[in-house]
Order: sequence, then structure tokens, then C-alpha cells
Amino acid sequence: MDALLDSFIFITVIKALVIFAVLMTTLAYLQWVERKVIAHIQVRPGPYRVGPHGLLQPLADVIKLVTKEDLIPPYVNKVFYLMAPFLAITMALLSISVIPFGPTIAVGPVRTWMQLTDLNIGVLFILAVSSMGVYGIALAGWASNNKYSLLGGLRSSAQMISYELPMSLAIASPLLISNTLSLRKLVETQTGGIWHWNVIGGAQVVSFLIFLIAAFAETNRVPFDLPEAENELVAGFHTEYSSMKFASFFMAEYANMITVSAMATLLFLGGWDAPWPAEYGSGLVPAAIFALCGLILLYHGRQGIRKWDKYTFPVFGVIFLGIAGIFLVPLVQGWLLPLFWFLAKTGAILFLFIWIRGTMPRFRYDQLMGFTWKFLFPVAMLNLLVTAFVVALRTS
Amino acid sequence: MDVILFLVFALIAVVCAINVVVQTHPISSALSLVGVMGSLAVLYLLLGAEFIAAAQVIVYAGAIMVLFIFVIMLLNAGAETRKGRSYMVQLLGVPLLIAFLGLAAFFVQRMYGDEAVTFGLFQKGGPKEIGQALFTTYLLPFEVTSLLILVAIVGAIVLARKEFD
Amino acid sequence: MLSAVPISWFLTLSAVLFALGVAGFLFRRNIITVFMSIELMLNAVNLSFVTFSYHYKSVDGHLFTFFVMVVAAAEAAVGLAIILTVFKNRGTLNIDDVDSMKN
Repeated sequence: MDALLDSFIFITVIKALVIFAVLMTTLAYLQWVERKVIAHIQVRPGPYRVGPHGLLQPLADVIKLVTKEDLIPPYVNKVFYLMAPFLAITMALLSISVIPFGPTIAVGPVRTWMQLTDLNIGVLFILAVSSMGVYGIALAGWASNNKYSLLGGLRSSAQMISYELPMSLAIASPLLISNTLSLRKLVETQTGGIWHWNVIGGAQVVSFLIFLIAAFAETNRVPFDLPEAENELVAGFHTEYSSMKFASFFMAEYANMITVSAMATLLFLGGWDAPWPAEYGSGLVPAAIFALCGLILLYHGRQGIRKWDKYTFPVFGVIFLGIAGIFLVPLVQGWLLPLFWFLAKTGAILFLFIWIRGTMPRFRYDQLMGFTWKFLFPVAMLNLLVTAFVVALRTS
Repeated sequence: MDVILFLVFALIAVVCAINVVVQTHPISSALSLVGVMGSLAVLYLLLGAEFIAAAQVIVYAGAIMVLFIFVIMLLNAGAETRKGRSYMVQLLGVPLLIAFLGLAAFFVQRMYGDEAVTFGLFQKGGPKEIGQALFTTYLLPFEVTSLLILVAIVGAIVLARKEFD
Repeated sequence: MLSAVPISWFLTLSAVLFALGVAGFLFRRNIITVFMSIELMLNAVNLSFVTFSYHYKSVDGHLFTFFVMVVAAAEAAVGLAIILTVFKNRGTLNIDDVDSMKN
């Protein structure tokens, strides 16, 4: 039994299953969060009917997408038409495998890293996989045999090649400071509070902003969502796709969002490191946040306006208080707190994605290309040069 | 384990390479070439060349081949028409090809027959070692390639401009 | 059952890929496919470089591969620009039709 528990394959399979299940749920609920946040930005309730506050909406969406008729339009190139969504989703999910979520976790006698696998070229691996993601979109646009799709595919391949340059240059500067390509070691060099993080301690604000902008373009999000601009290109590269094939593209987009947010967290924001050391009470922050949320919900539950509020608010309030209690248990604090900080930082960047989608208009295509080649690329280059100079001065 | 990995990816590489040659539509050829490059990247990993494997995927599969596919999609040229093909060439060429490969395999076997590749034995393929060699021993070629790329950028822009004024 | 891959297998694979590249270069008539055959040959050579790097236990072969990649990237940029210009002026991608120097 011990041999089985210690075996590499057993642990890896368990970790893969856990990560897969959590990721799939997150993808579905990220969609719900996005709809809710945008609805609140536009003063609407958003999804509301399915379950309390629309919480079961993702489930309904999944059922809808799975049971929808799977249509293959005539005159498409069948092989590539079917290959494109498969490629897109595979490449999007593959890069999650090297992202570390926290330090070691101990379950009984087994100690293992909260990461599927650590490569010493982890950053390069993510760059490589994300650069392969272009094929899914380009192929989908080409194989659909539709001029709007083709335009969307062309636009996205040009856009993704162009924005990969400033993105790689922006990634290079924190790598210079941390002097490693392994994502786990990258975080280890940044531990010890917010002034050790690359964005503050390494003065990498510029490259952090460049990375974020390029990340928006790489994931085809507003304001750079020209490949799928609804009012110009119908829906761009996925016009001809339906049912699960459409869902694959959708999931790929959200998985890519999660990957770049996690990358930004690991490269610039210190990964799972707390903003200030635990001796000054950073360990109490998550418990305090959840307790506050729970108390607010309990308070509002007493004067619920809508019919169900009298029951749902107190129930969620108690759940939140329970979570706050879990954060105070010393046994789990060792791995739960890092996990909380990692998810909080990633979640904040994801919220930024959604926030900007709710507020920004779309770029024009020539503006988009001019912006990266004439502004982002030179600035990223300059930033890299200055960083290299400073690092060289510091080490010599 | 290593042998199975090698055989699987070598097979993928060869099948994709044959596909590059026999497919009539350029986009099928291009994607098969991406397959060749991907499987070669895995073989590089087997040989301990981590950095080169990543560079292979990023530069070749992620940039150069995307450029190819972009141009193919932009020109939207159809499949190649079969005309003016001499059957003599195929009749002679294929056996000659196989004979040449057989000879090459035989000599290679004679020269390096006893040496085997063990995964993890060669550790110097990381980014650190490559960077050190690149900026010390190979500094001059490195600078020359940067010039080459500059010339290529200028050339590509001049060629692709709409009109020469 | 072999436990490790002989080095000669890698070199043979490289030879096979190179030969296929040559075949594509000679048989095909589409400029883009001809160009891709050249890339296939370069890749085959790269595999040899990396294999020999393993054989001599030195990193030099990797550097050569790196330079080949850089040259291939430059070549692709210029070559594809030329192909675009040819297609714009001639309206064809067949290399047999691009022979105006002949007449």
C-alpha cells in the first residue's frame, strides 16, 4: 500500500484528476462570474432564474451545449474543421500542467507539490504551447470555408504573432531578475512580502503592464477581440461551429485567460506569497475577509427584499463563516493560505479582464497592429535593456 | 520506455514528412510539417536538448509555420494541379531513394552501432549552458545573425510594400 | 528488447527526413510546398546536429541548431515576401509558370 501511495504515477494521476475537475468547474463558473459582473456594470441582474442568483446557470449551459445538434456545414474541409477545436482546447489545457498553485502539500504520509509537473524550462513550455494555440483559430477560420471566418482567422494569426513579441520581451525581464526558468523557483526567489515581488522589488511595473496588454490580445479579449468582432465578422472564426465544438473554443478562451492570469501572478506578483510576512498577521486576512462577507450576508438576510433572500442569504452567510473558520485551523493553514493568495491574485487579474470587457470599446484593426509594433514592442525592448543593465550592475 | 517513445515519435515524424511531400494542398503540407517539428521537439528532449526543443516549438512551429499558414490563407491558392509530371522520375526516384537510405543506415550503423542514448545522461542542454556558449565562444556568429535578421526585416518590408515610390 | 535507443537510429531518421525533403523539393510544383521541403531538410539536419552534440557530449551542436533556426526564420520572412510579390505579379504559385527569363 505504501509503495502504491509513494509511486510517482499514482500521485500524478490523482493530481491530474483533481486539477482537471477543479479547472473544468472554474471554466464553467468563470463564465457565470463574467456574465454577472458585466450585468452589474450595466445595471442588470444577469443570470438569475436557474438556481439561487443563477448559480446553476453554468450547469444549464453545459446541458444546452451538449444536447444541441452537432452540425457540420457542407463545403467545409472536414478534417481540419474537426481538428481545429480539438487543437484549441488541447493547447489551452496543456499549459495548466506546469503551473504551480502553492508549495508542498501533505496528505497523510505523502508530501507532494501543488503542481502537476515542474519543468526547468517551464516558462518556455508555456510560451511554446500558447504559440501553438494560434493553429486552432487559424485552422477554424480557414476550414469553415466562409469569408467572415477566414477574415477572423487571418486577423487572429496576425494579431497573435505580433503580440507574442512584446509578451516574450515582457516575460524576459522578471526572468532576468529571478535568474531561473522554472516557475516554482521563480516564486521562491520572490518570497518575503510585497517588496520582494518582481513588480515592486524588481521595479517591473512597465513590463507587468505590457504583459497584461499583450495577454488581452493573446486571449482575444476586449479591447483586442477583433478575430471575433460580432458586428463586423458575425462571430469571426467560430461562426460555423455549433454544440460542443463551439464550446471547445469557448473553453479554450477561458482556459487561456486563466493561464495568462496565473502566469502574471507567478512572474510579477510573487505567486502564492502573502503580501506581508505571517508574523504581521497576513494569515488572518483570508479568515477576516470570509467572516466579513458572512456577517454582511447574515445582516442583509434579515431584511431580504426578494422572496428567497430570507433563506439564501443566511445560508450563504453561515457557509462563509464556516470557510473563515477553516482558515483558522493550524493543520490546513500551511497549504490553504498560499493557495488562497495565489487564487486571490489570479482572480483579481481575471476580474480585471472582465471589468475591461465591460468598459472598453474595441480597437480598429490598423490601430491594433500599429499599437503593438510602434509602441509596445519598442517600450518592451527598452525596458528589457534597462533591466538587463541594472541586473548586470547589481551582480558585478 | 525510451525506445517506445522514440519509435512512436519517429513514426509520426516520418508519416508527417511523407504527408508533406504527397499532399496536394499546401495547407495540409504545412500542418504535416508542424507535426514533424513537434515530434522532433520530443526527440530533442530525449537527447537532452531542453532549450532547443522549446526553441523548436516556439520559433519553428509557433512563428515560422504560422507565417506559412498565414500566407497560404492570404493567397487562398487552391490545390496543386498535377501536370507535366514524368513517371520516369517516380519510377527511378523511389527505388534510388530507398537504396540511398539503406546505404546511409548501414554506414551509420557501422560507425555508431554500439552507442546508445540514455535519457538524462547529457545534462548540458539547458538554457544556462546554451547562453554561456552563445555569448562567449559564439559571440561573433550571434552578432552576425542579428545583422542577418535586420537585413531580412528590411528586405521583407521592401518586398511586401504596395508600390515602390 | 532494447533498453536504450542506439544513436544510429536518430541519424537514420535524420537521413530519412532529409531524403523526403529532397524528394518534396524535386517533385512538387507549388512554390510554398517547395519552400516547406527546404524547411523539412533544415529540420532533418538539426536532428543530426543535436544527435552529434549528444555523441560528443558538448553543447556546440545545439548552438548550430540555434543558428540554423535563426537563418530559417530570416529565410522564411524574405522568402514568403518574395512569394507574395510573385503571386501579385503573376497570379500563380506554380514554379514552372514563373519562367519569364526563358523567353
